[in-house]
Amino acid sequence: MSKKILLEHINTPNLTNIDVYMGTGGYKSVEKAVKTMTPDEVTEEVKKSGLRGRGGAGFPTGMKWSFLAKGTGKPSYLVCNADESEPGTFKDRFLMEFNPHSLIEGMITSSYALGANTSYIYMRGEFTWIFPILEKAIDEAYAKGFLGKNILGSDYSLDLYVHPGGGAYICGEETALLESLEGKRGNPRIKPPFPAVWGLYGCPTVVNNVETIADVPWIVNHGGDEYAKIGIGRSTGTKLISACGNINKPGVYEIELGLPVEEFIFSDEYCGGIAGGKKMKAVVAGGSSVPILPAELILKTAKGEPRLMTYESLSDGGFATGTMLGSGGFIVFDENACIVRNTWNFTQFYHHESCGQCSPCREGTGWMEKVLHRIENGHGNMRDIDLLVDVARKIEGNTICPLGDAAAWPVASAIRHFRHEFEYHILHPEKVKDRNHAPVPVLQEV
Amino acid sequence: MENKFQFTAEATALANKIIKRYPEGKSKSALLPLLHIAQGENHGWLSVEAMDYVADFLKLQPIEVYEVASFYTMYNLKPVGKYVLEVCRTGPCCLNGAEDVIDYLQNKLGIKVGETTPDRKFTIKTVECLASCGTAPMMQVRMHYHENLNKEKIDGLLVEFADSKN
Repeated sequence: MSKKILLEHINTPNLTNIDVYMGTGGYKSVEKAVKTMTPDEVTEEVKKSGLRGRGGAGFPTGMKWSFLAKGTGKPSYLVCNADESEPGTFKDRFLMEFNPHSLIEGMITSSYALGANTSYIYMRGEFTWIFPILEKAIDEAYAKGFLGKNILGSDYSLDLYVHPGGGAYICGEETALLESLEGKRGNPRIKPPFPAVWGLYGCPTVVNNVETIADVPWIVNHGGDEYAKIGIGRSTGTKLISACGNINKPGVYEIELGLPVEEFIFSDEYCGGIAGGKKMKAVVAGGSSVPILPAELILKTAKGEPRLMTYESLSDGGFATGTMLGSGGFIVFDENACIVRNTWNFTQFYHHESCGQCSPCREGTGWMEKVLHRIENGHGNMRDIDLLVDVARKIEGNTICPLGDAAAWPVASAIRHFRHEFEYHILHPEKVKDRNHAPVPVLQEV
Repeated sequence: MENKFQFTAEATALANKIIKRYPEGKSKSALLPLLHIAQGENHGWLSVEAMDYVADFLKLQPIEVYEVASFYTMYNLKPVGKYVLEVCRTGPCCLNGAEDVIDYLQNKLGIKVGETTPDRKFTIKTVECLASCGTAPMMQVRMHYHENLNKEKIDGLLVEFADSKN
C-alpha cells in the first residue's frame, strides 16, 4: 500500500462529522499554524514540500503564494477552485463529498498563510447536493472556533463561504473563475496582471484547486521536508487520480507520485485492468485536454523506459511521444473505442465551452467540430486531416487562456498517433456508418 | 408594467443572507446564486420578468443579468418540463453507452433532445461533463445524479417521476 494523505481515513464512518474528523487528527494544523507559526513560516513549509497545483497546471504552490502582493492596503483573498469540470476528472467531488473537513481545514490554514480574512470556495453549480455538505462542515468549524473572529483565541479571523457557479467549464480557468465570482460572464482576463496582484475585486488573490488546499494541513503538521520525501524528484507527494473509461474498477485512487503507469492500470489495487478482457488501445492521462497516447507509449516512453505517474515522466518526449499528468483524469480506451468519434466528441465539448472572446478558439473549435463530424459520418476528404492539423496549430498559443490549447491538443495528438483511423473513415465510409462499427483495423506495417 | 414575478419571503431572506457574503458594494457577486433561486421559484426557467426582478433586487441593469444568464448552461431561458433529464454526452460517458441512453430516452418519451413532452412533464437536455465519469453513463435530474444507468434503471426513474406529485 502506498502512502495516503487525503484518503487515509476515508473509510471511517461519519467522517463528514467534525468530531469524527477531529478524532482522526483533523484541525491540528489550524492550531499549530495560528498558535505557533507566522504566516510566512507556513508558506515556507509549503515551498519546501514541493507541492504543485493539483488542478492541472502543476505550478509550485508555495511559489504561487509568495507572489501574493503585500502591503497594498487592500484585503487579500484565497479562492478555492472547486469548478471541477475537466472531462475524466471527478476527484474533487469525491473529496468534498466524503471528506469535506479536509478542504475546510486546508482553507483555514492556507488563508492564514496568505493573510486572507475572507475566503471563498467556488464550486460548480451542478454539485447541488455537496453544497449542504460543505455548508454543514463550515458551520461545525465555526462552532468549534476554527472559523470566525479570533480563531482559537488568536488575532487571526476568517470567514469562509461557498459560492455556486452556473455551469461553464471555462470558469475552471482562474481569471474566468474570478470574473464569475464577481457576478459576470466567465471571460478569462488578459494576464498580466496576475491574480496575485489583481484578483478578486482588484485585490491580491490566490486561486488553488481543492486537492492542493487539502494537502496543506498534512504539510503543516509534518513539515514540508517530510512531504517532499514522498514521490520522486520534483513530483512530490500523493495525487488523486480519477480513473474511468473501459476499465474494471473505475474510481478515485490516491497514489504516491512515481507509481508505474502499468501498475496503475493493471493492478487490482487500482484500475484492475481492461474491462471484458479486451486490449488497451489508448489513454488520456490527465483530463480530456492532454494529448492522447497509444497503449505502447503510455506504458513506456519512446526511450523504452517504464512510464511513471509523475509530472516529468508523463511529459517525457514532449508532445511528440509524451503527454501530461494534468488534473489526474485518467481515461482508458479499449480496442473497440473509435478514436475519430471520441475526438469529434471532445471537440464538441470545447466548441460548446469556448467563451467566445478570442476568434481562433471561438471559430476554430467550431471548424474542427464540423470537419470531424464530416469525417466520422463518412463524408470526409483526405485533405480534411491536414486541415484539422492546420486549424489546431492556429488555435494553439493564440488565445487569452489555455482553453484554446486544450481544444487543439486532443485533435493534434489523435491525428499524430492514430492517423490511420482518420484515413480509414475517409476511405471506407460504408464500414463506419454505424456508431458502434467494428474497430478500425490495426495499422499493418508495410 | 408591473413585474408579476417575485421571491417568496423565504427566498428573499435567503437572497439577503447570500448578499452579505460579499464585501460592501460587491453585491453583484450574488448574481449567480440569486439566478439559481429565481429559476427554482419560476418552474425551472428564467423568464425576462424573473431576470428583471433579480436585476432590481441587486440594483443592476437588466442587461447585466441577461448577459450572465445566457452565458451559463444551468440557466434555462425557455420553459422546461417538470423534470429536466440532463444527460451527460461527453467522451468518458460515451465510452460507457451515453449515446444509447440518449436514444432510449428519446424513443421512450417520443421527443428529441431539447424538447419537452406535451404534458410538460419531461425535457431532455444533453450536458457536458458533470464529473461523474467513473459512474457513467449518468444523468442529473434536479438535485440528484443518477449514475451507472441502464434501461431498467431509466424505466424505474421515469415511472417514479411520472407518479410524483412534485
